[in-house]
Amino acid sequence: MITLRLALRNILGTGIRAWLNAFIISIALVASSWNQGVVAGMDEQAARAARDLEYGGGQYWQESYDPYDPLTLEEAHSPLPEELRRLVNEGKATAVLMMQGSIYPQGRMRSILLKGIDPRQHVLDFPTSALSAAGAGLPALIGGRFARAVDLARGDTVTLRWREPGGAFNAEDATIVHVMQTTLAAIDNNQAWLPLDRLQEMARLPGAATLVVLAPGTAPLSAPPGWVFRDPDFLLRDLRELVKTKSVGRVVLLVIFLSLGMLAIFDTQVLAIFRRRREIGTLVALGFTRGQVVRLFTLEGALHGVLAVLLGAAWGLPLLWLQARLGFAVPPGTEDMGISIGERIYPAYGAGYILGVAVLSLAVTTVVSLLPSRRIARLKPTDALRGRAS
Amino acid sequence: MKQAAAVIVLFLVLAPARAAATAPESAGAILKKVDENRVTGNKVILSEMTIHGRRFSRTVRARSWIQGTEKSFSEYLEPPRERGTKMLKLGDQLWTYYPASDRVILIAGHMLRQSVMGSDLSYEDMLEDPTLHDSQQGAVSGEETLLGRPCWVLDLRALREDAAYPSRRLWVDRERYTVMREDRFARSGRLLKTAVVESVRRFGDRWLPDRVRFKDALKEGEGTVFAILEIQFDAAIPGAVFSKAALKK
Repeated sequence: MITLRLALRNILGTGIRAWLNAFIISIALVASSWNQGVVAGMDEQAARAARDLEYGGGQYWQESYDPYDPLTLEEAHSPLPEELRRLVNEGKATAVLMMQGSIYPQGRMRSILLKGIDPRQHVLDFPTSALSAAGAGLPALIGGRFARAVDLARGDTVTLRWREPGGAFNAEDATIVHVMQTTLAAIDNNQAWLPLDRLQEMARLPGAATLVVLAPGTAPLSAPPGWVFRDPDFLLRDLRELVKTKSVGRVVLLVIFLSLGMLAIFDTQVLAIFRRRREIGTLVALGFTRGQVVRLFTLEGALHGVLAVLLGAAWGLPLLWLQARLGFAVPPGTEDMGISIGERIYPAYGAGYILGVAVLSLAVTTVVSLLPSRRIARLKPTDALRGRAS
Repeated sequence: MKQAAAVIVLFLVLAPARAAATAPESAGAILKKVDENRVTGNKVILSEMTIHGRRFSRTVRARSWIQGTEKSFSEYLEPPRERGTKMLKLGDQLWTYYPASDRVILIAGHMLRQSVMGSDLSYEDMLEDPTLHDSQQGAVSGEETLLGRPCWVLDLRALREDAAYPSRRLWVDRERYTVMREDRFARSGRLLKTAVVESVRRFGDRWLPDRVRFKDALKEGEGTVFAILEIQFDAAIPGAVFSKAALKK
């Protein structure tokens, strides 16, 4: 206990130097926590958007469907099996049919994906009900990014061209009944959503679908023959991998800041041992063992970490809380970076991570403090009393 | 490009001038005469294809060796960046050779739907069987005059359900049995492509369309103009020309 009191008195006695060291370490703690919160927030927002707008509670894929190979779309469809049709009829799932096509906005041709979905579905949270618009001929729903890319707006008419399974061309004018603003590029870029029954008719594939999206919370059935079930973990795998790669930056930031803090503490410890040789000699002469003196100096160093945690909590926690509440605006142009981010990012902090970083910094501070303190064990008390190093 | 020449030549009827003594009784009879009037022997064509883009136009010149409707070989001569590019069509297969990569590529699957040199023609258009009387049926729907020539107007429907263009309209010269214009439609009846003859010239004893404008009707722009500069009929073409080995020579 006396060691702790002495250490505390000594470190506070150093004045501004101790607080500067603690402040640098607290920056590492807060910056790392903020960075982790941003990545976690992006991950959470993207996963929520993907779940609400695309994946639902999982998807049944027609066995030929491969989202990474658009050429498979020609074969990736079949009539809904009875089990899946029942789920769709009960509102626990919705079917999606996909086919390749071309769109001709302003007399230019662009290849797109035509996607059919039931306008009355409630499984995915985007405005498919707009496709029920009366008197629209062939109604089409597109995303905001795509609308900007092809210069289309609500009420515009545009020609769609596609090929039937046999190879015959077909074409029809579609009316843009709604332009949806969505964070999820996967339901926006280069695609147009049409009523499912109309697309089935256009493709001459009555009752067919490419995939079936299960409503969140619905227990999946075993996949019928010719279909494969993909659970949310599988569907979010790419997103998780992407977030994992972004996490590397977080670790690098933590290492840089902690290294700066630890360097400062190491220097402080070396200097303290050099300048306090007489004090060390006196302590030993008064009956302190070398081990006790080493512990004292190590404790002094480690207390920098404690101060840093307290300081970081004092200024960092309110700041982090405010960021989590208000979020921050995403700069323009980042919407196509491969992850679905809204207009604002709301960091999501993990208590475990913050505690972990705090414990890590305490541990590292202690180790860094111990390294120079071990020299004390080699000091001769008589030399130390004379102010000489052994 | 030369491939395109072949196509044009084939589906626009390189027919000899031949007077029609009487009006044919049916569209089938007209189509048969159109097909009969096609030159089915060997020919060598020097042609130019002018591709009009949104900002600029460019012209590609090619020489083509054609045997019937099944075999053709083309070599691009101009512009310099296309020089040495070659195409070989054997039946329903198409290969291209690019000197820059020194590779022969089989154009298949979705690649067939791509544009040839950025033109309004796709590789698939080039591979289409040009024979009309056994692939189309329909009726004479009227008479019109194009380029000062009296023409039958034929509304045709493809016999095969999987034909790329389920229906088309042809304007056929009543005397020469050359196709003066062709419109191709989607199943919905929407016009997709047009081929309009802009001039006809006499080559020896034959009248041929020597300038044709192809256009994707859904796109804006001036389309692609194909022009025959020279044509030599019944040319002696060594069989080795129509081989993949000839592509790399």
